[in-house]
Amino acid sequence: MMRDREQGRVTREQGAERTEELLRSVLQKVGDQPEVDRDLWPAMLRRFDEESLHRVSRVPWFDWALASGLVAFAAIAPRTIPVILYYL
Amino acid sequence: MRDDESSVLSRFRQGDMDAFEALFRTYQRSVFAWVLRIVRNPTAAEDVTVEAFWRIHQAHARFDPARGFEPWARRIATHASLDWLRRQKPENWMQPEVWQAIPAAAASDAAVNAEIREKTALAFGRLPPKLRAAALLAVVEERPHQEVAEALGITVAAAKLRVFRAVRRLRRDLSEQGIRP
Repeated sequence: MMRDREQGRVTREQGAERTEELLRSVLQKVGDQPEVDRDLWPAMLRRFDEESLHRVSRVPWFDWALASGLVAFAAIAPRTIPVILYYL
Repeated sequence: MRDDESSVLSRFRQGDMDAFEALFRTYQRSVFAWVLRIVRNPTAAEDVTVEAFWRIHQAHARFDPARGFEPWARRIATHASLDWLRRQKPENWMQPEVWQAIPAAAASDAAVNAEIREKTALAFGRLPPKLRAAALLAVVEERPHQEVAEALGITVAAAKLRVFRAVRRLRRDLSEQGIRP
């Protein structure tokens, strides 16, 4: 019984080692210092630009709703525009 | 030199863009190399590297100069790589540039035929990204468990467990396909 259990453990360990070997033969090691083909700083600057554009579209919905409400109110009652401007 | 570096790190922490650029230029190669080990696709690795540095920039106020920049950057890059892996379909691992030799194709093992290689790559691609990343770093790249654990933000024991589970699941999947490693 003990011997069977020990044998099972050894078989599992050997199987795991062979699986690791197989994996290593399929997926080659990248190595220590693979070269990046180009300087990535321009791409980083583009990412900053994209993010600043997205920030405009990330204005909270209630700000847009408030602005739309004010425009609609001003269109319906144009005489209130000076009052609104006074309170802004 | 050491003073220069600590000055750059402390300026980066305060959100100084020049300090960020200096760190980017110093560490872009090592971060790219780390990301490539996980995503295994040079084009994707470039995008993930930029994404990682974006996150690094966003998190500048949380950076602790005493703990060093590279391990912190590596951890953020690992999470960015995991996010990339999560967005990929397992079939994408069938693309030769992903699972074949990087950077150059070495002579393939004659004992391992093309069909077994393909099935292994596909089975590996079906593993959850967290297990795949742990196995890639520890088994394929042969990085120390300590380093893998730090990059994944887990303990060494948890990293070993992930590698063990990845290998066990891969072995089971291959056995179901009639491949007994």
